[in-house]
Amino acid sequence: MDPLLLLEQAFNGLQFGVMLFLIAAGLTLVFGIMDLVNLAHGSLVMIGAYLATTFIGWTDSFILGLLLAIPAMFLVGVVVEVIVLRTLYLRNHLDQVLATFGLILFFNEIIRIIWGPISLYSGLPDYLSGHVEIIPGAPYPVFRLLIIAVGLLVALAIYLIVARTRLGMLIRAGASNNEMVGALGIDIKLLFTLVFALGAVFAGLAGMMLGPLTSVEPGMGEPLLILAFVVIIIGGIGSIRGAFVAAIVVGMVDTVGRVFLPVVLRAFVSDAAADTAGPALASMLIYILMAAILVVRPRGLFPARTG
Amino acid sequence: MSKRILALAAAVAVAATPVAAETVKVGFITTLSGPAGIIGKPMKNAFELGMEHVGGKLGGMDTEIIYGDDQRKPDVAKQLANKLIKRDRVHFIAGIIWSNLLMAIHAPVTRSNTFLISSNAGPSPIAGKRCSDNFFNVAFQNDMMPEAMGKYLSEKGIKNVYTLSPNYQAGKDMIKGFKRYYKGKMIGEVYTKLGQKDYQAEISALRAAKPEAVFIFLPGGMGINFMKQYAQAGLRGKLPLYTAYSVDAITLPALKDAALGIYGAQHWTPDLGNSVSRRFVAEYQKKYGKTPSFYAAQAYDTVMFLDHAIRQAGGVGDRAKLRTAMRAGDFPTTRGSFKFNTNHFPVQNIYLRQAIKNDKGAYVNQTKGVILSAHGDSYAKDCKMKR
Repeated sequence: MDPLLLLEQAFNGLQFGVMLFLIAAGLTLVFGIMDLVNLAHGSLVMIGAYLATTFIGWTDSFILGLLLAIPAMFLVGVVVEVIVLRTLYLRNHLDQVLATFGLILFFNEIIRIIWGPISLYSGLPDYLSGHVEIIPGAPYPVFRLLIIAVGLLVALAIYLIVARTRLGMLIRAGASNNEMVGALGIDIKLLFTLVFALGAVFAGLAGMMLGPLTSVEPGMGEPLLILAFVVIIIGGIGSIRGAFVAAIVVGMVDTVGRVFLPVVLRAFVSDAAADTAGPALASMLIYILMAAILVVRPRGLFPARTG
Repeated sequence: MSKRILALAAAVAVAATPVAAETVKVGFITTLSGPAGIIGKPMKNAFELGMEHVGGKLGGMDTEIIYGDDQRKPDVAKQLANKLIKRDRVHFIAGIIWSNLLMAIHAPVTRSNTFLISSNAGPSPIAGKRCSDNFFNVAFQNDMMPEAMGKYLSEKGIKNVYTLSPNYQAGKDMIKGFKRYYKGKMIGEVYTKLGQKDYQAEISALRAAKPEAVFIFLPGGMGINFMKQYAQAGLRGKLPLYTAYSVDAITLPALKDAALGIYGAQHWTPDLGNSVSRRFVAEYQKKYGKTPSFYAAQAYDTVMFLDHAIRQAGGVGDRAKLRTAMRAGDFPTTRGSFKFNTNHFPVQNIYLRQAIKNDKGAYVNQTKGVILSAHGDSYAKDCKMKR
């Protein structure tokens, strides 16, 4: 196997991984701190993509469009938390699943009403649509490098916020025992709103990065949401560090497995059987990985201490 | 006594059967909602344009068209077909974009003695063993375009090819069709998840395999994503890309520069020189402000096909006469030359075309020549239809 190709695929896996991390970060905080199962987290990815595409169209500038979309996502997060999610904290998980599933339908429909059912395709400005030869003979798209950079920067920023600031201290305390935090006189409501809105911004940012790569369409976030759940379960619910490690692992395994598994299988079984079983097995890989990790560490790789 | 009752029942039954109906009834099923509506709406538009061109009367008879939206779901298509047969008592059911939807309604419709006309889908089973004399396809058999592309690449002396298609029945059929005519070496045969959006990992792998050419079957949004990412990875123009059902009037407006120079094989392109096609393209552009896709041309041809056959048969009352008229396949079509094979699928030219930017700045496909002339599908020999 060509080591340079393996390196390039590792880059692809890293890029997919940081994208998953952006989505999983908000999900794990909301699940870990507020004990809320939010199925509508994927919708936030979709809203981010739509807002960015629209703002880029209005301002005619990629950067300006993103700079407008980010605070807009914060606002969306605050509104959703205050109007809907706040009423769900004391309910059981099944009620939360039902209610947030309703939110998915609501968001998909409202997107169809505003933007129409047809997929949107956005381009990239010239300075981002080129490619650089980081690996000899394999030009790599600049925009994908940018995604990796943004993802790693956000990861660093989240780490600094959680580990070094007062807000982060409250978040960590909330993940461990939110009743105690409330009892100590912290405005837990405000903390929850803030955490959810931050999660919405990260998920929206993932959507903004996805827009120019693929199509922007209703329901685009749902397939990613399933992967994000796998990430937070592997990483340990409520743990940012766990989400980061798990996201990179899932991104790598999914990408590398998808490409190399059919090739490897061809060495053992007939070509036709490998072509059929390969893609099917590759899409199961990360779930097998999740099951294996849960057998060894039932609470995930880096469980946040609770209860 | 019992004989009299039977006779009475028979008389009632005869009275209840519609006598040579004075109104022609056609059900047109296509996908109008959801993301796939971008294919179905132009088909409905073209069908309506065709009806205008025949003065609202198929074969000069009063005509009622009932449109149905299948939402791209086989069960919905089946319900619609049932309703059209039993309640509306239509003479023809036409339309149908998707092979799996056609498979779902094929048996119930053809068994009910209603004529079924596919305006797009052409799956292999009903071209071969399960063919029916109540079914006609005025579009193509799925394998035709990849076969043409395979032949072209062989003739060009391309020594090895890397292929990419979605991991489902049509995706595998396409590659099978390609290999039937391609004589060179397959150095990669990759099947991706149906509906996959990010192809970067596949693109890295195919570049590393260093093929002389790449052939893809990635219809609709999958193709748009793939070709955009192919261009972003710097491969467009460096590694020649050949396609089937992936670069058309529907995907071109989204692809723009990412499609330039890419070759495809298709049975119809808006720049074909025959008079029916020229009139259709001009009037479609005038009425809807867009260049029609081949899906739209097929829907227009469906109207011309029905109109001509009903006129030749002198109505829809005599089904045997009508079937003979339909089999002739001598209607005015946007494709110029056309006839039916023994399995009621088309025998037609497959053209090579290339995506270009024309002098008005629009992205269009330009016909480059004929790859296969009067090409029939490879399944007709399995069809044992009584003639």
